[in-house]
Amino acid sequence: MAKILMKGNEALGEAAIRAGGIHYFAYPITPQSEVGEYLCKRLPEVGGTFVQAESEVAVGNMLFGAASSGKRVFTSSSSPGISLMQEAISYIAGAHLPAVFINVVRGGPGLGGILPAQSDYFQATKGGGHGDYRTLVLAPSTVQEAVDLTMLAFHLAQKYRNPAMILADGMIGQMMEAVEFPDKYVEDELPPTDEWAITGCKGRERRIIKSLFLDPVALDKNSFELEKKYQQMREKEVRYESYNIEADNQVLLVSYGTMARICQTVIDELKKKGISVGLLRPITLFPFPAEELCREAGKKNIKAVMSIEMSTGQMVEDVERFVRGQKPVTHYGRTGGIVPSPEEVSEEIMKVLESKKNRG
Amino acid sequence: MAEAVKSIFKRPRAFTDVVTHYCPGCTHGIIHRLVAEAIDELGIRERTVGVAPVGCSVFIYNYFDTDFLEAAHGRAPALATGLKRTRPELILFTYQGDGDLASIGTAEIIHAANRGEKITTIFVNNAIYGMTGGQMAPTTMPGQVTTTTPYGRDVKWIGFPIRMCELLATLRTPAYVERVSVHTPHHIINAKHAVLKAFRNQVEGKRFTFVEFLSTCPTNWGLTPRESTAWLEKNMLPYYPLGCFKDTYYEEEPE
Amino acid sequence: MPGITIDKNQCKGCELCVNACPQQIISMSKEITKRGYFYAQVHDPSRCIGCRMCAITCPDAAIEVHSHGTMYVLFEY
Repeated sequence: MAKILMKGNEALGEAAIRAGGIHYFAYPITPQSEVGEYLCKRLPEVGGTFVQAESEVAVGNMLFGAASSGKRVFTSSSSPGISLMQEAISYIAGAHLPAVFINVVRGGPGLGGILPAQSDYFQATKGGGHGDYRTLVLAPSTVQEAVDLTMLAFHLAQKYRNPAMILADGMIGQMMEAVEFPDKYVEDELPPTDEWAITGCKGRERRIIKSLFLDPVALDKNSFELEKKYQQMREKEVRYESYNIEADNQVLLVSYGTMARICQTVIDELKKKGISVGLLRPITLFPFPAEELCREAGKKNIKAVMSIEMSTGQMVEDVERFVRGQKPVTHYGRTGGIVPSPEEVSEEIMKVLESKKNRG
Repeated sequence: MAEAVKSIFKRPRAFTDVVTHYCPGCTHGIIHRLVAEAIDELGIRERTVGVAPVGCSVFIYNYFDTDFLEAAHGRAPALATGLKRTRPELILFTYQGDGDLASIGTAEIIHAANRGEKITTIFVNNAIYGMTGGQMAPTTMPGQVTTTTPYGRDVKWIGFPIRMCELLATLRTPAYVERVSVHTPHHIINAKHAVLKAFRNQVEGKRFTFVEFLSTCPTNWGLTPRESTAWLEKNMLPYYPLGCFKDTYYEEEPE
Repeated sequence: MPGITIDKNQCKGCELCVNACPQQIISMSKEITKRGYFYAQVHDPSRCIGCRMCAITCPDAAIEVHSHGTMYVLFEY
């Protein structure tokens, strides 16, 4: 398959179509409106659905309705829009339905800015909506990875009958990189949708798709059924990448998305100066690569663990939790649309190493 | 010689044989039955999907022998949009109360109507919030006492009730908008024809049909069911005129 | 000869059928059902004209109407 130069937003849309996600409901919001603009032309070509809804609140609920059909449905939005969809995501999870949400993160809170940030880690991985549910979160760092993970997201959403989110950021959305579209994404066999989908009750008992369980025993049961799925995700779906993990690493960086690419540059620069730093890049933010982090952080050569994220400190809480007190953990980040330069990050790493030296 | 016994009225097939949780005299039961009759008469039970609201009729899915979805409060038209667009062969209807449709759901209903989604909306207007215990609704009458308007709805502070049929009829796209009542058998018979027409329009592929039902809420109005029908006639009928507000599909309209 | 049967299991004693019947042959019983409602019953079945008004107004679809032999249908329902 030939490589094409594509804008991230458009590549995300095309990736969804290649994965069979041809039913799209969305609302424009910077920096991802190009996804909708691209899809409104492409979807009629493949017999898909395109609806520009009246608000993200409506989008989330249209997804709920469309997801109950058993077909592959998705949307794209950015931070404030994803906030409006939280109610629907909670309902979709509670009703055991698959749907894919593409979040091209921008600066917040509030109306925030339109430049990239990574300040939605909590919202994506810790719920966002109400109730005991989780969203499967995948964080790409290149446009090619965004394509691959989008196709994977549809697969996993259907496998687990749960919402899945692509946590990209404004940079990935706006930049152009060479991408290749795999012909099909096949990992393992998927359960058929016609066992639960709403198709009209011809020839069978009627089906009700709901998340209401007034009986406490029934609601407890539903929530623990959801938890069982999340436990399976924790066991089977963790994905991560390591960069320069060597026996002489002094510091372990934990970073995802485009920030991780900057960290790679930092690592290369520091290597030239003789300082060895390693990077653990989570690809799935939920389920987080907890065991891997714990193991890497526990190695004797590691003096400190740093979480580098374009936020005031969100992923660092999970990093602290999974380092389990073995090493000191700090966070470095800028937000508002500021992308830390490699020099800034290097300086921070040197500061951390200095302070460790002084304390001996 | 025994003559053949013929049934001339019985419970429709689409209406399940369970005892509903509705209060005695609640008109939800009548409206459910009318919808079930329409589904039976058009022969669409096996491809009809209802979307349940949040309100007293949150359990409507227990009372219809069709597939059902349960929506978040006010969002039923959005759910119906999503499902109808991905499975256009299904017949979709939403069933919503005054809080669901005229309060939290105003954006969803106006836009589903305006986009001309091929769905049918049944709007139950009883001028109060039933399930949550009798608070004011956007459709509460001026001077009406509710738990959040203990001295009566004061229009100087909170305005007049919303007339949804008139509002939706100003949109060019919808095919059929009618207001009916169910407080006497005569009105129920007219209402049945409206429901049939609404569903038939959807079967024929017309876009967006809407029937508003003036209904009673004996429990929260503090009246007996029989007194409630009289209260509706006296107080609601003058403000919410019955009749058809739109019966042209924009493609048929003269330029 | 038309007649009705009222399902006591469904009847919630709302009395709308009492109002609706043009022959005024429905009234409420003095006993309660197992759900605690006074149920509707026909106290003069011979005067039923099979107009179906009671069944049409019943919110619980508790009333079935049947006829024997010829019946004039008074309205389309």
